[in-house]
Amino acid sequence: MLVEAGHFALALALGLSLIQFLVPLWGARANDPVLMAVAPTSALAVFACIAFSFLALTFAYLSSDFSVLNVVQNSHSAKPLIYKISGVWGNHEGSMLLWVLILALFGAVVAISRNSIPMRLQANTLAVQAAVTIAFLLFILTTSNPFTRVVPAALEGQDLNPLLQDPGLAIHPPLLYIGYVGFSISFAFACAALIDGRIDAVWARIVRPWTLGAWAFLTLGIAMGSYWAYYELGWGGWWFWDPVENASLMPWLAGTALMHSTVVMEKRDALKVWTILLAILTFSLSLLGTFLVRSGVLTSVHSFAVDPERGTFILGILILFIGGSLALFAWRAPMLKQGGLFAPVSREGALVVNNLFLATACATVFIGTLYPLALEVLTGEKISVGAPFFNFTFLPLIVPLLLLLPLGQTLAWKRGNFLGTAQRLYAVFGLSILATIVMFAFTYGGPVAAPLGIGLGLYLVLGSLNEIVTRSWSKGTPLAVALRKARGLPRSAWGTSIAHAGVGLTVIGIAATAWGVEAIGSLKVGERLKGGDYEVRLERVIPRVEANYREEAAVLTVFSSGREIGTLESMKRLYVTRGMPTTEAGILTVGLGQVYASIGDAQPDGSIGIRLYHKPLVLLIWIGSLVMAIGGGISLTDRRLRIGAPVPAKAMPPHAVPAE
Amino acid sequence: MRYVLALFAALLFSASAFAVQPGEVLKDPALEKRAREISAGLRCLVCQNQSIDDSDAQLAKDLRLLVRERLVAGDTNDQVESFLVQRYGEFVLLKPTFGAHTLLLWLTPALVLILGGLGAYAAMRRRPQPAAAALDEEERKALDALLSQDKSAS
Repeated sequence: MLVEAGHFALALALGLSLIQFLVPLWGARANDPVLMAVAPTSALAVFACIAFSFLALTFAYLSSDFSVLNVVQNSHSAKPLIYKISGVWGNHEGSMLLWVLILALFGAVVAISRNSIPMRLQANTLAVQAAVTIAFLLFILTTSNPFTRVVPAALEGQDLNPLLQDPGLAIHPPLLYIGYVGFSISFAFACAALIDGRIDAVWARIVRPWTLGAWAFLTLGIAMGSYWAYYELGWGGWWFWDPVENASLMPWLAGTALMHSTVVMEKRDALKVWTILLAILTFSLSLLGTFLVRSGVLTSVHSFAVDPERGTFILGILILFIGGSLALFAWRAPMLKQGGLFAPVSREGALVVNNLFLATACATVFIGTLYPLALEVLTGEKISVGAPFFNFTFLPLIVPLLLLLPLGQTLAWKRGNFLGTAQRLYAVFGLSILATIVMFAFTYGGPVAAPLGIGLGLYLVLGSLNEIVTRSWSKGTPLAVALRKARGLPRSAWGTSIAHAGVGLTVIGIAATAWGVEAIGSLKVGERLKGGDYEVRLERVIPRVEANYREEAAVLTVFSSGREIGTLESMKRLYVTRGMPTTEAGILTVGLGQVYASIGDAQPDGSIGIRLYHKPLVLLIWIGSLVMAIGGGISLTDRRLRIGAPVPAKAMPPHAVPAE
Repeated sequence: MRYVLALFAALLFSASAFAVQPGEVLKDPALEKRAREISAGLRCLVCQNQSIDDSDAQLAKDLRLLVRERLVAGDTNDQVESFLVQRYGEFVLLKPTFGAHTLLLWLTPALVLILGGLGAYAAMRRRPQPAAAALDEEERKALDALLSQDKSAS
């Protein structure tokens, strides 16, 4: 019964979204405040319906209701509770429901911030948002209904894909979707501005927190997915340039560019048309990412949906929204007024360069991901574009961007002085170059890329630190005064510096992988395998039987230069219901580096295959991403952005005051 | 026999990611290093964009052994690659060759960067006049109303 109610609530949400789309749009055209006021009310109602629907599905999972097809296919009564919950979105239908749930949630937040958003802008924005909701609700209801019943009910479920039974992958999709869908708000605001034909710094101030928040979550989601692939897939890599990873990297790159260009627009009223275009492109790439993963156009380790009917539907949505919004852009953008002059050498100029490089990097990932598909469709020729291509083209675009980053961050607005700026950074240059030379000398004969990359990362970290120091301290300032000044700096300045330092940390972590050591061998109990400074001894192999899988765990003692420093357990699991094996790498964290072992097949002589890695500083890759997201979060708490924060209902004035 | 058993085990656990098996590693470390380098650039044809170095599929294993066989026979890296391209087509290369069919792929990064740079430069050079933003209709009406108020007051 609850399941049918959930299904019905979804259909109701579709009807309400139609109202949320049509009435406010008409109201904004007719300048009728009563019609415009329908937007927030209907947005809240749509959210309530979809939330109810989502809870109904969650309840079906929690109670192992095997009369629901979706639950049968993706759950099992013996599955741990956390995976019963994450199983809701660990499948195609449920993940689409999560997608619209987040979409509606954001719509609801826009709806309750009516104090800070001009009424007309809010009405148009919510209408555009409703259009996206309508498309995805139609998609779910017609092709991917999670509430389909199965008669007779099954006795037991088929279990969730074992690769997804992992805490990392339980929270990866929600984080990623909050990021993807967060950009839908920037997109809706951009379309609303185009519909209205007017855009100014207020627009940028309203949109910026959304972009920042979406970006921070997308960063976390990508980092989470990368760490998951690192420890679960068992071959020690952390980024594979897999099409599904690229699908999330493209909106991230575009979103990073958007985040920076809205700064220019907010502060200097410049780059308006470009910012609007970026907002459209970023969400288009989020839609494309959803399409690539959901349609089964690319089958890879990540995808779990292959269905041409769905593919065609999502392609339709893609064409409608990307084509529609770009057409709207082409029609209305020339009417937008440009403003804000600046010299090429200025903070604005630096941010233009930032956008140029990020957009080019994004285009590179885009063409590399889609070119093989396009070529095959057009000529039938099959080629592969993989990691070697991306490393070759992507790195030359990112390195200059990173080299310019501390300079750009230090340049003055409007008209900067390049030499003066470089002078403010001389200590940073000196220290980074010195550190690079020292590292190079100590590791002479090793890979050259590592000291160079770490030097670059250090330069970014020091450059960010320098920004805070020079803004709060000058020669002769007492320390107490400097500290007070530093505390008084705007949160956005802190956020920027912290996020940029995070980029530096990630760069250090990536560069240090060049120092990694790998050893492959087969061990019997009591035998040792050496990889660099580390050595492992196979103690025993323990068979275990758990609720929904069996495993063989190899217990390894880890030695560092002959001294015992700990043990690690590396597992090979077989999930019984699906008959699917997985590996769980054994990891021992030493400082910021990790000793990593994955076990392979038992050899005929009774030994067991072991792949051993030492990965120095590898944790910095993800710590850096976390720091980037934290920087975004701190920026979000900046005073001037708090204007955009939701206001409690009782503080709200009666909203039917005729605007304008 | 040992080899056959290993193959059998690899088939059984084909979804477990382990890639290079202990038995495959060449004795000569320099040759093995070259083998790994070449493997990282070759696609496991039945996988999704995975190199044979990362993949545990049976075909990847066969290719890894083939690469090592050719290296032991004295082939250069390029000879091994062209041998595999002859056998499996360009699809096997993860970094496609530069040619008429991949022109757009290889040139896109440079084109976007150059055209984008020129566009940005041109836009900055154009230096739009800082025209005082014209009033829209509503604002004009409001202003007229205010002005007429002023007039009637005076």
